[in-house]
Amino acid sequence: MATEILMPALSPTMEEGTLAKWLVKEGDTVSSGDILAEIETDKATMEFEAVDEGTVGKILIEEGTEGVKVNTPIAVLLEEGEDASAAESAGANKGDDAKAQVKEETKAKDTLPSDTPAAASPAAAAPKPPRTPDWPEGTETKTTTVREALRDAMAEEMRRADNVFLMGEEVGEYQGAYKISQGLLDEFGPKRVVDTPITEHGFTGIAVGAAFGGLRPIVEFMTFNFALQAMDQIINSAAKTLYMSGGQMGAPMVFRGPNGAAARVAAQHSQDFAAWFMQIPGLKVVMPYSAADAKGLLKSAIRDPNPVIFLENEILYGRSFEVPVLDDFTIPLGKARIAREGTDVTIVSFGIGMTYALEAAEKLAQDGIEAEVIDLRTIRPMDTDAIIESVKKTNRCVTVEEGWPQGSVGGYISNVLMQEAFDHLDAPVINCTGKDVPMPYAANLEKHALVTTDEVVEAVRKVTYK
Amino acid sequence: MATRKTSDTGPAKGSNPAPKGSNIPAEELKHYYREMLLIRRFEEKAGQLYGMGLIGGFCHLYIGQEAVVVGLEAAAEEGDKRVTSYRDHGHMLACGMDPKGVMAELTGREGGYSKGKGGSMHMFSKEKHFYGGHGIVGAQVPIGAGLAFADKYLENGRVTFAYFGDGAANQGQVYETYNMAQLWELPVVFVIENNQYAMGTSVQRSTKSPSLWERGAAYGIKGEEVDGMDVLAVKEAGERAVGHCREGKGPYILEIKTYRYRGHSMSDPAKYRSREEVQKMRDERDPIEQIRQVLLSGQHATEDDLKAIDKEIKEIVNESAEFSKESPEPALEELWTDIYAKEAPQEA
Repeated sequence: MATEILMPALSPTMEEGTLAKWLVKEGDTVSSGDILAEIETDKATMEFEAVDEGTVGKILIEEGTEGVKVNTPIAVLLEEGEDASAAESAGANKGDDAKAQVKEETKAKDTLPSDTPAAASPAAAAPKPPRTPDWPEGTETKTTTVREALRDAMAEEMRRADNVFLMGEEVGEYQGAYKISQGLLDEFGPKRVVDTPITEHGFTGIAVGAAFGGLRPIVEFMTFNFALQAMDQIINSAAKTLYMSGGQMGAPMVFRGPNGAAARVAAQHSQDFAAWFMQIPGLKVVMPYSAADAKGLLKSAIRDPNPVIFLENEILYGRSFEVPVLDDFTIPLGKARIAREGTDVTIVSFGIGMTYALEAAEKLAQDGIEAEVIDLRTIRPMDTDAIIESVKKTNRCVTVEEGWPQGSVGGYISNVLMQEAFDHLDAPVINCTGKDVPMPYAANLEKHALVTTDEVVEAVRKVTYK
Repeated sequence: MATRKTSDTGPAKGSNPAPKGSNIPAEELKHYYREMLLIRRFEEKAGQLYGMGLIGGFCHLYIGQEAVVVGLEAAAEEGDKRVTSYRDHGHMLACGMDPKGVMAELTGREGGYSKGKGGSMHMFSKEKHFYGGHGIVGAQVPIGAGLAFADKYLENGRVTFAYFGDGAANQGQVYETYNMAQLWELPVVFVIENNQYAMGTSVQRSTKSPSLWERGAAYGIKGEEVDGMDVLAVKEAGERAVGHCREGKGPYILEIKTYRYRGHSMSDPAKYRSREEVQKMRDERDPIEQIRQVLLSGQHATEDDLKAIDKEIKEIVNESAEFSKESPEPALEELWTDIYAKEAPQEA
């Protein structure tokens, strides 16, 4: 029986890719292990091998096709004795689906309402305009992935100051484990793009010393899970030295890398440390959602004279957003952004939590509930004024994050609102968080362990009594 | 031979039994005497102030180990950097920091190097290139290599001394650092101050390694063992180490065999070793007494010369103690300063 060859997922977070090149043609016989095609993910070009034996009956997706969704049939493999007609019947229906999928534009799923005012619900009241726009009206923008935005930010800052350098595992010759540092080695050389051995505690300490010595290190953790090995140097050495030295010396540096749950990598590789780092005086903590924020905030973080924890997210790396085309675009640390205006409830989130917050706001708008969504962007120092100001208007608040509930960022926000805006609250604040469990591997359990859009919608209904 | 080992019994080499130090100018010998005595008297005074309740918390005295820092500082040049652990008073005095500022930090006063906010274990001086004073055992070792990383990056020819004890020598980050320091040929001297006890655990009870410096061989780092009770031997070894770094050959390890006379900290009764062991060291190996004998026997100085130095040191230490009592406690506003920098704290 003819079998379909499906577009493979070549990384835990891959959703689509480019079928760069076919290495077989119709009529070729293949056996398991033969390389069938080259497939480009957003991180790398990978070879795709045959698992079964047979004859290539029909190629369903032409080489060079971009945006091929994972699990789309890309070819049909015939068993011995079958002819091409079997391929036709096997590929017929699904092939059409695939074409339709491929045609679909790879548009940003998360275009923000305030970026595209036309998308804002007409039912929304027209409150005062956002506090300060991030870039002047009329500025040209370019669709950019979060991955590219981060790379551009580093490259611009490295061009701007000679003492800025990048250090970490696989940042140089490998071009970054998640391809964030793509091209930097070529431009800046091995002196400023330093590949380290797998030795987080050691190289983090070396980076702290380099910062004491007058350099501006950017330390890339392949993921923040591995930063646990370096926690002592981050907290005891980087964060506290300015205070302990009576202001004489400190550690101006950035610790960055993917944080939070990726996909199907289970307990040791899926956790959000925003709340951990948020506790430490001396650290600044940034967690961007959009590509524009990733770029503008990373540039500010590199220039900041303090140690900055910059928490990225693997799932967001490949998402595209509009980024202003400006020579030197920065966003100040410590300023939240009103991502969507509304009057009925304030939803506060940051990082990938914004995905749920914005989806929930869309759903709620269909039922006439207008949510104001605040993207904190910086967790410490936290722009609590922005939250309080909004809650004074909406009188209700729901927080959204992927981290655990006990000692969460949302828990802190609730505390601030109790003390600073108690008389303005018409309902208890609800914290939507990840579940209080280590991350499971099984797909269904993993989905349930994370916060969901439905939970955010439910929480809003509860605080608005609707 | 990649490594060399100096004798424990002094530098007598070859057949010529010239008196020790005879080829060294009298002023230089007197300088070592003076510097070591300053540390000793300062630490004794700190012990007294602790007993009076003027110094709180942890206070780790350097008495017995004076030759280590004084010898190595003699091998350093202006602009070279140093970083050490929590037993740091001696390092600060030896690199030229003001005894008043150090003592006032011990008493937690405004006039201290960290405005009273760091205390005994956390003091720094940008001016003297002293990068702490670190309370976490071993954490200063990668930091020292990082300072050297910056120097190499900036191509300024400076060398960093990263001091740590025999206890820290068992921390994993030390070996992570060895690996990278050699890989990147960083100009850092790893100084193992082996005083034989990591708090209450003797070296024999913490490792089967016959020596600590030889562990560097696993990473290709040269090193040697040094008699840390002999300031002249320390200086000589320091010059070899610094020269190696300055020539761009990468790191170097000095395992300096020394001894602390006092307990680990003020609250340590030191029951893990015999009184006789300590007394034997004091009687036979004391670094200050050794240099005193060199000065007198070589007729570099008279008893009266040395008495004058003793008096001068006593005055400096008394002044520092007075200052540390008179300097006011930090203003309450200081609680909220220096948490975040507004401007870059330093430029390359």
